[in-house]
Amino acid sequence: MEKYIEMNHVSFYYDKTEALQDVSLTVNEGDFLAIIGPNGSGKSTLMKIILGLLKPMKGDVRLFGKPVEEFRDRACIGYVSQKSNSFNSGFPATVYEVVRSGLAKKTGLFAKYPSDASDQVKEALISVGMQAYSDRPISALSGGQQQRVFIARALISKPKILLLDEPTVGIDQQNMQSFYRMLTHLNKHHGITIILITHDVDAVSKSISHVACLNRTIHFHGYQKEMESLSDEQLEAWYGHPVRRVKHEGGHVHD
Amino acid sequence: MIEAIFTYDFLRQAFISGILIGLMAPLLGVFIVVRRLSLIADALSHVTLAGIAGSLFLSQSVPALALLNPLYLGMASAVAGSTLIEKLRTLYKHYQELAIPIIMSGGLGLAALFISLADGFRTDLFSYLFGSVSAVSYQDMWIVIGVTVIVLVFLIGFFKELFVLSFDEEYAHASGLPAKWIHFLFMVVTALVIAASMRIVGILLVSSLMTLPVAAAMRLAKSFKGAILWSLLFGQTSVLFGLVSAFYLDLAPGATIVLTSILILLIVIAIMGRKGRRV
Repeated sequence: MEKYIEMNHVSFYYDKTEALQDVSLTVNEGDFLAIIGPNGSGKSTLMKIILGLLKPMKGDVRLFGKPVEEFRDRACIGYVSQKSNSFNSGFPATVYEVVRSGLAKKTGLFAKYPSDASDQVKEALISVGMQAYSDRPISALSGGQQQRVFIARALISKPKILLLDEPTVGIDQQNMQSFYRMLTHLNKHHGITIILITHDVDAVSKSISHVACLNRTIHFHGYQKEMESLSDEQLEAWYGHPVRRVKHEGGHVHD
Repeated sequence: MIEAIFTYDFLRQAFISGILIGLMAPLLGVFIVVRRLSLIADALSHVTLAGIAGSLFLSQSVPALALLNPLYLGMASAVAGSTLIEKLRTLYKHYQELAIPIIMSGGLGLAALFISLADGFRTDLFSYLFGSVSAVSYQDMWIVIGVTVIVLVFLIGFFKELFVLSFDEEYAHASGLPAKWIHFLFMVVTALVIAASMRIVGILLVSSLMTLPVAAAMRLAKSFKGAILWSLLFGQTSVLFGLVSAFYLDLAPGATIVLTSILILLIVIAIMGRKGRRV
């Protein structure tokens, strides 16, 4: 099993505020890892470091065995950010145009989109269940639909790993369930490794294989099953406040 | 009119330049508008004016430079202005819009200095401020043709990257695109288009030819391709109608071109009413 992502003793500061302290994390091929933790615990920072958008002050990051700064094969990594703070919301573009733009990193400068781009867009839209929306303006879609489109944009470059930063913020309960079913499908049937930052531990517990609990430093990292055995005190210690734990048949933790 | 274009060199030069400007200004304008850089284009046009005024002053006071085409210094100062804006935007990270008034007033201040130093180019200056049908020289036309080629190569060559960068900047960085470089080139190309367009539209109205056709197009277009095509149509219509009416009514083409694009915008808003795309 190939090691997709390795972080060794990574620390990061914003000015003088410590965001991450001595974080080590490994993600293997086929994993479905949920990163959970309170607000301001450094979850997004962690993801940005993996993507190479931020440079850690200490420690090192390797993607597919290569140091992150030397890693060039960007098509291997699909990224979907928190919807609200990233894309240009009034932008005049169709779903088709947005998904096709995911091929840009694969195509290279000065080259045109490949001739089968429209087939690839169709295939990516089918895998997220959005094929009927191809010609709609992106701004006319609901938040949940837009997130599916952004996943399609990430999938079109045939990534080995998908990084999602709280993709369900602002999405209603029902759409959230079907959104996670889609992620499970991508993980189980398309073999795509997934790292997901989320607050909805309840909703994802059946899909994920691993959990990492982060509050500036990693407090727990292991199989989803193992997390059930943690005591309430342990959970409180890293969350920094009392934790309400909800047990379902699968057994998982909720803040 | 057609006959006159074939008869008079100056008219032919004005029309060829006008058509090319009507092509490249709205085309680049689509990216400027969606990237929310409209005001930066406006600031750059004022810096260009400083270069033009400086050049006119130089050719007046230094006999050896009497034949210097003011466009060159105009372009140089626009490019310098665009790099200065970027520098200021990184200095004032949380108040990036401050770069605009700084550059704009700086440009206008310098322009006013050169204009008052050399008191003798009032008519010439008027044509730079508001455009002219008769002042486009053979050399000006070739500069416009050159800039058009640069703009088309840039926009076609980097179309994918510019789309990604405009739509979602964070995603562009995460995709490993050379976003910084592309943005820098984009600013330089914008500066060139502003300098090249000013002969026809005039420096004070250049940025409107980049934004007004796009503003109308955005009400109609459902796709990015649609936004580009509508912008081109509206931009070209404004330039042609504006030039013809400026010629017959003996008006500054800057005025007629900009007022035509305003009229188009109003018509589009009236027709689309509340159905228009919310942007």
